[in-house]
Amino acid sequence: MKRSRLAAAATAAATMLALSGCGGDDALDTDSGKPAASDTIVIGSANFPESTLLAEMYAGALEAKGVKVEKKLNIGSREVYMKALEDGSIDLLPEYNGYLLGYYDEATTAVTPDEVAAELETKLPTKLTTLEPSTAEDSDTLTVTKATADKYQLKSIADLAPVAKDLVVGGPPEWKTRPTGVPGFQAKYGVTFKEFKVLDAGGPLTTAALENGQIDAANIFSTDPNLIAKDWVALEDPSHVFLAANIIPVLTKTKATQAVSDALNAVSAKLTTETLLDLDKQVILDKADPQTVAKEFLSSNGLT
Amino acid sequence: MNGVFDYLSDSAHWSGTDGIPNRLVEHLQYSFGALLLVLLIALPLGLYVGHTGRGALGIAGVANALRALPTFGLLVFVVIVLSGYLPGDFAYLGPSLLVLVILGVPAVLANTYAGVQSVDPAARDAARGMGMTGWQVLWRVEVPNALPLIISGVRSSILQIVATATIAAYVSLGGLGRFIIDGLSQRDYAQMASGALLVAVLALLLDLLLALVQRLVVSRGVSGRFATGGADAVPVDARKLTASLAASSDEGV
Repeated sequence: MKRSRLAAAATAAATMLALSGCGGDDALDTDSGKPAASDTIVIGSANFPESTLLAEMYAGALEAKGVKVEKKLNIGSREVYMKALEDGSIDLLPEYNGYLLGYYDEATTAVTPDEVAAELETKLPTKLTTLEPSTAEDSDTLTVTKATADKYQLKSIADLAPVAKDLVVGGPPEWKTRPTGVPGFQAKYGVTFKEFKVLDAGGPLTTAALENGQIDAANIFSTDPNLIAKDWVALEDPSHVFLAANIIPVLTKTKATQAVSDALNAVSAKLTTETLLDLDKQVILDKADPQTVAKEFLSSNGLT
Repeated sequence: MNGVFDYLSDSAHWSGTDGIPNRLVEHLQYSFGALLLVLLIALPLGLYVGHTGRGALGIAGVANALRALPTFGLLVFVVIVLSGYLPGDFAYLGPSLLVLVILGVPAVLANTYAGVQSVDPAARDAARGMGMTGWQVLWRVEVPNALPLIISGVRSSILQIVATATIAAYVSLGGLGRFIIDGLSQRDYAQMASGALLVAVLALLLDLLLALVQRLVVSRGVSGRFATGGADAVPVDARKLTASLAASSDEGV
């Protein structure tokens, strides 16, 4: 699920990016054929807007500390950019801890941030390392409309337990069987819905169904700009049904100098899910340039 | 392939909402619901155009334009646009039937009007000469003669509809597509392949069934299947004419 879900989101995001005409640098076009100087950090990103935005933040923060950077953004899916990171064509990428672990260990059962961090340490290739995870997350959420949240006094998934028998939940097909879906709500919160409607993973069908009332609760990603635009409520998940997806820099060990680590950890420390949600909205809905948005974030947080 | 066999032979997969019989019934409901609408739209229109010759160009254009519409994209689009206006599950059922109808209409429409239009003018003239009215010419000469083409249109229409009704599962409905879509995202490839196999078998069985219907309802005069070989002796043109008239006399003139 982990990879295919994010890949689906990435595809959707990439489509949006292509349509909005605000595509970043093409990795293949900017490749001059010369290897980067050893003191230069080559920053890559996946091919969806949030990843580009985060890479721009890393680039800006490193440049502010006098580190030479080169950007190769919008590379592609995890299968492609992790290969590039492993063979040294890029040195640094913004990643999501749970999904990164899932890439190296498909069978992992780690869900909470701590479990994921512990497993990542052993599963990551020896030449790669990760820094401090941010509290900012792009994870799955169970989301309801403001009206539903007010009506049943909902803040956390646990609050659904007494009322879920009247509610319909919508999500991707894998939610039917995976512990990170419907069986998880039952096992960890005792929440049993009236019906599960099979839609997509936070995509257009799920969004339309939640908006139009075909479903009462939906699988929406925690940085989906619709959360702001439509005033929806992402329910808290204290018992961790959903996989942790904290933003985490992954980089080549030899490039992880003290100055680099400090600069990147400072970015992670300032970043929250709410901030990221707002910045994503600027990039995805308002079509702002990711580099500009990243610069503004850095300067307003004293990171330049 | 072993996985498919195991999946299909597991009795747990043959009962309940998620069981094969229930999904099969749902699949047939979507398919025949759509086919019924296709026939209600395409047959009268095709007969009218074929009989009168009016609007033939327009119909050919419309039928071909409809064929070019990508069914899956259209479905998602229609669901997103209309789900705010349609009640409950009809928000998914309505658009699914709509796109299946759009998929199925061209084959029946084009074959019906082409079938009627290509009836031997000599047979039509002969029928008029016998004093038949327009309706009588249509029902006693044109339709029986066009029947093989009309039925082949229905056959290709139902084949496309049955195979494509799987996409109803993408918008939360049931049907055999459920196995394909769930299997894909749950990485249960045995389930996925079983679903695809069931759809293929169902499509073939329905086509076979309609071939049988065609054999039963098409006049022997038109199909040329006589019990004895006597008709072969008749020259071709004369045979066609007698066949047409035989067809009309079958209807009890």
